[in-house]
Amino acid sequence: MTSKTNNINKELTVKSTTNNLAIIREFVENVARESGFSKEIVSKISLAVDEACTNVIKHAYKFSPDREIKILTQFNDSKLTIRITDSGDKFDPNLIPEPNLKEYHKQKKVGGLGMFLMKKLMDEVQYHTLSGNQNQVVLVKYLA
Amino acid sequence: MADFNVNVRGVGSVSVIDVKGYLDAHTAPQLENAFNQLIDGSKYKVVVNFNDLSYISSAGLGVFMAYVETMRENKGDIKFSNMQDGVYNIFDLLGFPMLYEFYKNENEAIEKFKESISK
Repeated sequence: MTSKTNNINKELTVKSTTNNLAIIREFVENVARESGFSKEIVSKISLAVDEACTNVIKHAYKFSPDREIKILTQFNDSKLTIRITDSGDKFDPNLIPEPNLKEYHKQKKVGGLGMFLMKKLMDEVQYHTLSGNQNQVVLVKYLA
Repeated sequence: MADFNVNVRGVGSVSVIDVKGYLDAHTAPQLENAFNQLIDGSKYKVVVNFNDLSYISSAGLGVFMAYVETMRENKGDIKFSNMQDGVYNIFDLLGFPMLYEFYKNENEAIEKFKESISK
């Protein structure tokens, strides 16, 4: 596939189980590849989306398996935007401090690593609260 | 379905865990089981061989963070070997090289345990 046409929109909705993480990654990798990103960047985008969805499953839905995660992708003017929407518990990213990695390992604090990775892997990470009690994580990567 | 496999081998007094495929929040419990079994058997010297691991997320990294202190408190450790660059980059982003030992191959990692015994 070499389609680099402007404005490609795609959508995937899956149930909130970790079993679906592989399907989510495959979907996102295809989108990123078709958008023209290198293999290395495709892997980074895929991992960032995995982390975002894992957080939704764990924190927003507390491992309840029959809720929905919606992933919308948009590629426009060299900018890939991935919106991940859930209707679970509201999540305030400001409550999670940026980890000091050395302290982090000492304290065996495992949570929060996903958010930290997302910021490292993507160009932009935003959290929004939408109407109808929906939460949305927006991940952006620019095609350099 | 994420394809993941974990296998534990004994090499002398060292236990080698071979991980294969995709290590994410879905498959991480399989790796936790392997560590729990090692602890139940009082085996604290562990080398994780990443030769066949293609993918890791923070859920996988969290497993090592959760078990490493127990191993070290019992005169053991978790050492890593044979890691592909893409996987190593994630460990690096999260600061693991400050606190864990990484080796090009499994034998080097096993030898390190032997050195620390003879000291």
